[in-house]
Amino acid sequence: MVTAGKPPHPLGRREGEPPRRVLAIASSGGHWTQLCRLREAVHGHDVTWVTTNPGYRDKAPPGRFEAIRDASLWDKPGLVVMLGQVTRLVLTLRPHVILSTGAAPGYFAIRAGHTIGARSIWVDSVANAEELSLSGHKIGRYADLWLTQWEHLARPEGPHYVGSVL
Amino acid sequence: MKIFVTVGTQLPFDRMIGAVDAWAEPGVHDVFAQIGPTELRPRHIRFRDFVDPATFDREYGDADLVVAHAGMGSILTALQMRKPIVIMPRAAALGEHRNDHQRSTADRFRATAGVYVADDETALTRLLADVSQLTSPDAGFSPDAQPTLLRAISDFVNDQPRARRRTRLWRSVRGVR
Repeated sequence: MVTAGKPPHPLGRREGEPPRRVLAIASSGGHWTQLCRLREAVHGHDVTWVTTNPGYRDKAPPGRFEAIRDASLWDKPGLVVMLGQVTRLVLTLRPHVILSTGAAPGYFAIRAGHTIGARSIWVDSVANAEELSLSGHKIGRYADLWLTQWEHLARPEGPHYVGSVL
Repeated sequence: MKIFVTVGTQLPFDRMIGAVDAWAEPGVHDVFAQIGPTELRPRHIRFRDFVDPATFDREYGDADLVVAHAGMGSILTALQMRKPIVIMPRAAALGEHRNDHQRSTADRFRATAGVYVADDETALTRLLADVSQLTSPDAGFSPDAQPTLLRAISDFVNDQPRARRRTRLWRSVRGVR
């Protein structure tokens, strides 16, 4: 007779456990699309979704939604504004966990979160198949769970590979 | 045929837009392009620099075909909405992106049904010449990441203690080790 193994916990918050505060943050476009594909992993927790395009509000996963300033590496003043907004969010939300798929907003959030003891997950974009992104490389020291979506980019000391968003 | 063209949320991609504009004959296909911040003014297609997400979704939803840079957002949306998509990778050598990661992305999807890779303008024009031959992606593309990745993140979040770790600053203020 085959005995069925104990089924694994469903994804998301475990029954009877209090929700954790989660800050899920990514820039708009592909980073955001990938972040949304992780929604089931934080289901049932107290999640705040943050991105750089206010127009995503209506289609954001369940939880709170905040939009912040968009900026790229070429837009230094924009990055400073973004850094301020992200830092304020981290300090007011005081998340247990920060989850990001990149790029600059996630980097800032994890750095800010690090100073207040928040734990963090970085999932480097699946678009970075040849090498880790600049922010993904630099965040390695700070991210508690540092992931690449490409097996050949994984290293024993991190980033690690446990699957992709595809 | 309704065709939606997009260069993504950040950078222009004149090489792709120019090729689509040169190919398009007004009155044959209804082409609408989101072209990004650029001086280029297409002559044969409707265009805007940027569109808000609601317009983006509407144009995407109405389109019979999507033509896009090889950005992950554009490709994933096409697979989720089951739209045939032609992707053209940006080249770093031409100043179209920081590096050539879109080339790897294009390679990653070369064998995916419904995704057509145009390596350059010539290949794009050739694909568009047979536009009615392009078929939709297969059904059943999951809206979720791989279960192993979801599991790892889910477990990590659940394993966090409710009380946050004391920071080094806090420990030094309190004199605890």
